[in-house]
Amino acid sequence: MKVLLTWLQEFAPLEGTSEEISDQLSGLGLTVEGMTHIGGDLDGVVVAKVLDLRAHPDADRIQLVDVDSGDGEPLQICCGAFNMKIGDLVPLATLGTIMNNGMEIAKRKMRGQWSNGMLCAASEIGLGVDSEGIMLLDSSFEVGAPLKEALGIQEDVLFDLEVNPNRPDAMSIAGVARDLAALQGKKFSLPTPKEKERGKSVNERLSVEILDPELCGRFVARILDNIEVGPSPSWVSNRLIALGMRPINNVVDASNYVMLELGQPSHTYDLDRVHGSGFKVRKAQEGEKITTLDGIERPLTSSDGVVADAKNVAIGIAGVMGGASTEIDQDTKTIALEMAWWDPISISATARRLGLRSEASSRFERGADPEIADLAMQRFAEILSSSGATLTPGTLDSRGNLPHRPPVRVRIQRVNKMLGVNLSRKEISKLLESLEFKTSKSGEDLDVGIPSFRFDSSEEIDVIEEIARLYGYSNIPRTVPMSTLTGGLTERQTDRRIVKNALVGLGIDEVMPVPFLAPGDLEAAGLKVDGITVTNPLVTEESVMRASLRPGLLKTLAYNASHRLTGLKLFELGHIYQHPLSEQPLPDEREHLGVVLAGGDAGSAVNVWSALADALALRDYELIAVSPPGLHATRTAQIEVHGEVIGFVGEIAPSVLDAYEVSERVGWLEIDLDTALTISHGDKPYKSISRYPSSDIDLAFEVSEDVPASSVSSVLRASAGELLIDLRLFDVFRGHPVGENCRSLAYTLRFQATDRTLTDKEISEVRERCISTVEKELAASLRS
Amino acid sequence: MNKIDLDSHLSESLAAIEAARDLESLKTLDTELLGKNSATTSAKKNLGQLDPEERKVEGKRINEIRDQIQKKILGRKLVLAEEENSLQLENERLDLTELDLGHRLGHRHVITQTWERLEDLFVGMGYTVAEGPEIEDEWHNFGALNFPLSHPARDMYDTLYVDYGEPQSTLLRTHTSPVQMRVMESQEPPIYSIMPGRVFRSDTADATHMPVFHQIEALVVDRGITFADLAGTLDAFTSAYFGKDFVTRLRPSYFPFTEPSAEFDIRRPDGTWLELAGCGMVHPNVLKAGGLDPEEWSGFAFGFGLDRLALMRHGIDDLRELFRNDHRFLSQF
Repeated sequence: MKVLLTWLQEFAPLEGTSEEISDQLSGLGLTVEGMTHIGGDLDGVVVAKVLDLRAHPDADRIQLVDVDSGDGEPLQICCGAFNMKIGDLVPLATLGTIMNNGMEIAKRKMRGQWSNGMLCAASEIGLGVDSEGIMLLDSSFEVGAPLKEALGIQEDVLFDLEVNPNRPDAMSIAGVARDLAALQGKKFSLPTPKEKERGKSVNERLSVEILDPELCGRFVARILDNIEVGPSPSWVSNRLIALGMRPINNVVDASNYVMLELGQPSHTYDLDRVHGSGFKVRKAQEGEKITTLDGIERPLTSSDGVVADAKNVAIGIAGVMGGASTEIDQDTKTIALEMAWWDPISISATARRLGLRSEASSRFERGADPEIADLAMQRFAEILSSSGATLTPGTLDSRGNLPHRPPVRVRIQRVNKMLGVNLSRKEISKLLESLEFKTSKSGEDLDVGIPSFRFDSSEEIDVIEEIARLYGYSNIPRTVPMSTLTGGLTERQTDRRIVKNALVGLGIDEVMPVPFLAPGDLEAAGLKVDGITVTNPLVTEESVMRASLRPGLLKTLAYNASHRLTGLKLFELGHIYQHPLSEQPLPDEREHLGVVLAGGDAGSAVNVWSALADALALRDYELIAVSPPGLHATRTAQIEVHGEVIGFVGEIAPSVLDAYEVSERVGWLEIDLDTALTISHGDKPYKSISRYPSSDIDLAFEVSEDVPASSVSSVLRASAGELLIDLRLFDVFRGHPVGENCRSLAYTLRFQATDRTLTDKEISEVRERCISTVEKELAASLRS
Repeated sequence: MNKIDLDSHLSESLAAIEAARDLESLKTLDTELLGKNSATTSAKKNLGQLDPEERKVEGKRINEIRDQIQKKILGRKLVLAEEENSLQLENERLDLTELDLGHRLGHRHVITQTWERLEDLFVGMGYTVAEGPEIEDEWHNFGALNFPLSHPARDMYDTLYVDYGEPQSTLLRTHTSPVQMRVMESQEPPIYSIMPGRVFRSDTADATHMPVFHQIEALVVDRGITFADLAGTLDAFTSAYFGKDFVTRLRPSYFPFTEPSAEFDIRRPDGTWLELAGCGMVHPNVLKAGGLDPEEWSGFAFGFGLDRLALMRHGIDDLRELFRNDHRFLSQF
């Protein structure tokens, strides 16, 4: 919402510099998003007449213009625009004028030709956005007159305000002025125009019937005769332009002017075109169609409100846009003026469905003032009367169901308790009264009547907010409540940090790709297609929610590789989304870890995993060779803890790398943290350190390729028993003399007892036991 | 061995020791000159053949000679050990600047760094950290937060819906505020919690917008919590995070789930104001939706953009950089 300072001042004797008023507006919750000084940059600009146009002898893009700046003498100007002709009146910035960009106009030579000033485009003097050419002025202007006087522009300040949805009143000049007046302690008053009424009464010429009282709370109609459609007076059009509306004609402009000033949108009908001279207000029938003012035929649904004529044909979409059939044009002589109160939710739904958000609908949506129509009608008639229009006697005032707005009990103690202040009932009452909230004592407390222009306010808390707003948020003290609780992170949050710190310690960088995928991304990564889809994606490339971190990480590798950044080690910790196995209120959303090691292999991924397991103290995991789709079929293991699968480690399948255009081998680790971190992990019980010597033995076995090393070590652990305190695979060897499809696995076993020195006999026994069990259970043979 | 022999043996021995070039040959000499088969040892063995007077003189003489040889060996040993040590050190000389290949750790994402910094700050103020799902139901994201159906306030959020359940029943949460409800549903007051998380809007990516970004929300519900407590807590947060020199202000604003509502601004050192957080007193309807009696409990909530704090801290001028994951960006922080 844009407001002009001079317009505000018509409602209250507001004081202060523009900066002070800007701060006050922001403090009232009407945030000033922009402030423009109007007219100040017109000093030195005069009306000049084009006497002659000549080509510049040495330049194509500028021409020489002789103008009369009031003394009848030709004055040569160099000008880069070509849109004017001899006899046109144009704005001339005379020598010494300071333009709003700070430039001072001086006499200067341009390509050898003197220029004695500058002809201005509208945008250069703050009079519009048009910078295509020089501004052409009304031919009736006096040559040499200051432009400001000729245009009748007064200096002004334009504030661009951000108005929140709970402030329907602030969608009008009057509402904003009311707030400022309350803050400044100034008297606020609305105008009270009383137009002379002439002609035949509206009651004999028009009828109104509200068929849907929920849709329409109030429908006020009057008739104006002697309409002469033409341009508005400049004081009307200048203000409309300043507030960002395009002047159309005096009738439309008067409607817009009243809407901006008082917040009441209106609609005008050419009465001669309203069949049966009657309005029926109802919901549209399914499939009913109407051609709106913009010439577009729009199908309606039964949730849309319409105004129909006496023959029940829709001639306007209620509160959103009028119909073409009754539109005002040059021939219009009589208009019916409608000012209504429409159900906000209905208007909002229709405007949204039709994509027709208008100045009017945005006011109805917030809840317009149902009691302003009478004044607004008078104001409309007053503005239009300058072109001879006359208001006829009588008003058709039909009421549907307006929301019942009983007074609100406001407890003084509650106000103070909520705000942390100590205001008396009298102080609170005074604050509220200045905003036209009517207060009356009720025991210790107040009964507060909500003004009709505050549709948003209906509960005690709403009134408390008004008190706080006017009292000033900055006047409320500042205290810090002491939490009686112990703050802290949950186990999961701590684990998450352990994971990130461990990976970072391994030289792996954290990334955050967006969780949206393109259709096909999951399949390309070898994953089954069950991504949750976005109903209304911005772009198709972002229409699938990731069901795995894999596509995002691979895309990140590919992106970096395209910038010659290879060999990257990256991880992401984030949510994945899947359709749940059984019905549940929300999708299955899990926290996953994904690691990609570009240029690394399955071994490097296993190392990352074992370091991570160590960091989390996640014990007793098993790696079991598997071939899940999308991962390298012969270089992948699933990670199991106590029989539960918590993730996969290995490499990305070559075919997937091709699909994602990654040319390096990529080591891969993925962990379902929601599963992994709910398995007992963390603090281990203390094991006392033996003071007795330890003994090492080395054993090398020839083992078939089908037998995983982890099986050998678990058999060794099981058969060695408690005396084994460390087991290490120190060598893997393939080739002669080891047999085909076999490899040699060499282990060091360290034995130690906590209560004695082990004898040679004991060690020899356990050695024999280890050898025989491995040989027997795994069909392996000891290498001598 | 006669006297002359001993004297010449001594001078020859001392010369031989002096000539020893390394510890190894010195050790050989040690054995040769002082060991079981050395000249002096055999001379000692032969002492018994002498008369007592002579034996005494001769024995003393032998011991003196052995003593001198031993001292000479020890002295030579020190010299040679020092020489060998120097030689080893010289041979092992390294240019460490040649070896500094700029080995690096991985880096936590700049959002994580900001996220954890904020968590730590609020934990220090006695807050816990709560989380909730990123795909939410309409009730937690809007309904429970006092956004009636088809209320225009829902238009303030460009919501992305997902195909799950009834149409428009499930969405990508547009703010972290639904976690407020989840906290109220799962625990009794007092509540002092922050809720960092990922949120979504149907915004085209540009320097200041992303369809995915991060927020951090705070919720306090206790007996007698006031608007003054909200203002004071925001001040305490600001001076802890930004430093003491930042001036703050609250402006009236509107959010369906808080009332009174405010925008929280901070004034940067250059004098410009920055809109940092939306905040307010938890709306009675929201407390009710969370199963709490608004007459007994009151609370405040605030929420702000986490990404922007990260941008501000590092002087990053384009939000998209955070999600592009260019290694040249990641490795900077």
